[in-house]
Amino acid sequence: MDNKKIIIKMKTEVREKVIEICKKFNNDPGELINVLHQTQDFLGYLPAEVQELIAEELHMPTAKVYGVVSFYAFFTMTPKGKYPVSVCMGTACYVRGGEKILDAFKKELGVEVGETDADGLFSLTSLRCVGACGLAPVAMVNGKVFGRLAPANIKDIVKEYREME
Amino acid sequence: MDMIKLTIDNREVEVPKGTTILKAAQGMGIDIPTLCHFELNNLGVHNKPGGCRICVVEVVGRRNLAPACVTECMPDMVVRTNSMRVINARRTVLELILSDHPADCLQCAKNGNCELQDLAVRFGIRKNPFIGPEHSQSSYQIEVSPSIIRDMNKCVMCRRCETMCNEMQTVGALSAIERGFPAVVSTAFNQHLDHSPCTFCGQCVAVCPVGALTEVDHTGAVLRAIVDPNKKTVVQVAPAVRVAIGEEFGMEPGTIATGKLTAALKALGFDYVFDTDWSADLTIMEEGTELIGRLTKYLGGDKSVPLPILTSCCPAWVNFFEHQFPEMRDLPSTAKSPQQMFGAIAKSYFAEKINCKREDMISVSVMPCLAKKYEVGRDEFKVNGNPDVDYSISTRELARLIKMANIDFKSLPDAEFDSPLGQSTGAGVIFGTTGGVIEAAVRTAYEIITKKPLPKIDFEELRGLEGVRSATIDVDGLKLNIGIAHGLKNARKLLEDIKAGKSQFHAIEIMACPGGCIDGAGQPLHHGNADIIKARWEAIYRADREMPIRKSHENPSIQAIYKEYLGEPCGHKSHELLHTHYFDRQTTVEVDLNK
Repeated sequence: MDNKKIIIKMKTEVREKVIEICKKFNNDPGELINVLHQTQDFLGYLPAEVQELIAEELHMPTAKVYGVVSFYAFFTMTPKGKYPVSVCMGTACYVRGGEKILDAFKKELGVEVGETDADGLFSLTSLRCVGACGLAPVAMVNGKVFGRLAPANIKDIVKEYREME
Repeated sequence: MDMIKLTIDNREVEVPKGTTILKAAQGMGIDIPTLCHFELNNLGVHNKPGGCRICVVEVVGRRNLAPACVTECMPDMVVRTNSMRVINARRTVLELILSDHPADCLQCAKNGNCELQDLAVRFGIRKNPFIGPEHSQSSYQIEVSPSIIRDMNKCVMCRRCETMCNEMQTVGALSAIERGFPAVVSTAFNQHLDHSPCTFCGQCVAVCPVGALTEVDHTGAVLRAIVDPNKKTVVQVAPAVRVAIGEEFGMEPGTIATGKLTAALKALGFDYVFDTDWSADLTIMEEGTELIGRLTKYLGGDKSVPLPILTSCCPAWVNFFEHQFPEMRDLPSTAKSPQQMFGAIAKSYFAEKINCKREDMISVSVMPCLAKKYEVGRDEFKVNGNPDVDYSISTRELARLIKMANIDFKSLPDAEFDSPLGQSTGAGVIFGTTGGVIEAAVRTAYEIITKKPLPKIDFEELRGLEGVRSATIDVDGLKLNIGIAHGLKNARKLLEDIKAGKSQFHAIEIMACPGGCIDGAGQPLHHGNADIIKARWEAIYRADREMPIRKSHENPSIQAIYKEYLGEPCGHKSHELLHTHYFDRQTTVEVDLNK
């Protein structure tokens, strides 16, 4: 181990915003989940340096912050893609082949669940029910719902968004 | 006090309100098995997440079994701790824990000293219906740091380590992370311990019930050095080791085994068997002189003098303030720890004396501590890359070496330490417990300041096992305010006070482990039995009383080394060999203006 101080660099506006969010919750460690929620709303994800800063502001160990971030599936440490893809794994979608849809997206995008592709265009997550069980299996791309999917449709959906670039 | 009457296993019992079923049963001689539950009552250590469910009992009228460790006794409760239903449930719980635990007990560092293994024996587990196909268990990479090995494949999520790290030590290196099967106790972002605020105090290792957290083992390297005909081996042994090592050989806790320990080290084949108590005396000369120097300046009107002076013997404590209070790093004494003072003198003064080249000498320390393993590797303690102490082994490792070498420890005739780095005083031996370093310092400082003999050597007011203690010592009219803390949680309290300008102390002693070195992470495992720590604590003071000389400055071989070699305490040569400096190791988030 070297004896150097570890300094983490961060953009001014990010730092200020995170400090502001912490302050809004009185820098109370009991409000960690709320702080994380609002920070992720603002940044899209919770990178390590942001968790370090939150730990510092709330006077709690970084390990504890990371413990919470890694516990809840909602929190992510990878930036979301421009077009976030969420595949429904709720009961109705699952029994109608949701997993096959998810696999098709994985194959088409070359990423695993929770990851973002190399050019930052697509990120892949799974979720539990979007309230469109009648259309099962369902996936959402950038907020738009695609229903009655079959694995064969996935290529075209992805292509559609790629062509928008 | 409100009392509650209830029935446990058909026997009536009365307990104070708030007592858990586990405690009530223990009082009746009923030994309910536990795994995650861990307490050291007199030291304020409690871990009761109620998570493992090994301790479940049947409460008549309740649908589900209740965990005895966290369920409070209620009036007229009827509890069964050994019904068929309870025994079956415990077996199932155990089988489920074992289904995600490697079965490599024979090669495990904790073999024979594992609480999970003991439970498997107790419940006669022969087959496990829950074992899945090969590679179906969770799998983590084994991580090796300078002191601690983390094999999280063996973790049972009792979270004792997390409690020690966060609540007892307020270090905050460890937390439970992830969820479900991947859930594990780890550092922030799963980083290596080296890159976390870990102080290597090792209290996580000291409480781990299984082989998930163990110490780095140097016994092989030490044996190789001993048999190497081209190397001279010099060994030093810390004060707290002598009051604990006997436990490894079935002796009563609190047995002072100095003579047998010395004999065992000689039988192992070390060329020179010396005592860290000697360098503890040397530490007192340096640290005491520094204290007197700072105090004289301060009383002379110089208010810029860094006070209170903090002790610097404990390497985990040094790591703690470097990480958490770097802005206060001018407060601790610059004196090296006794281990490092010994190493520096062994490879200079003593090496010259026996005409041995630095690189031909292997210096080994036997310590009750795991942070000492990290300390020997610090760059400041090396000369041209050659460390002052080559290997630091724990009390447990030494016991293993002794057993390996067919030495019957209990029947060894007592032996004496070699000269000249083996002669020590009662002041040296009390370094092994909380309050001891400062008491040793006061014994010497008093006589140096007043030039009068101490009216009474024993400073009872500095002794005890409470987490934070304070006392005012009258040094011939000068009121010396002394603070003592053990356990880093308590150290933090004193440091926060200093930061806030509220501290009235002139000197503060800090030891990272609860109880001080007697409960260091390298000591024989106490498995939560606080009486063992108490027995070691008493033994340290008994050992002090048995010493013919009890003040460091009266140690003839300390007087001799100043005369022959060092000159005076805190002099030029001392500064070169016996003092050190500290670093800022805090992780801080700063704005990058270039972005």
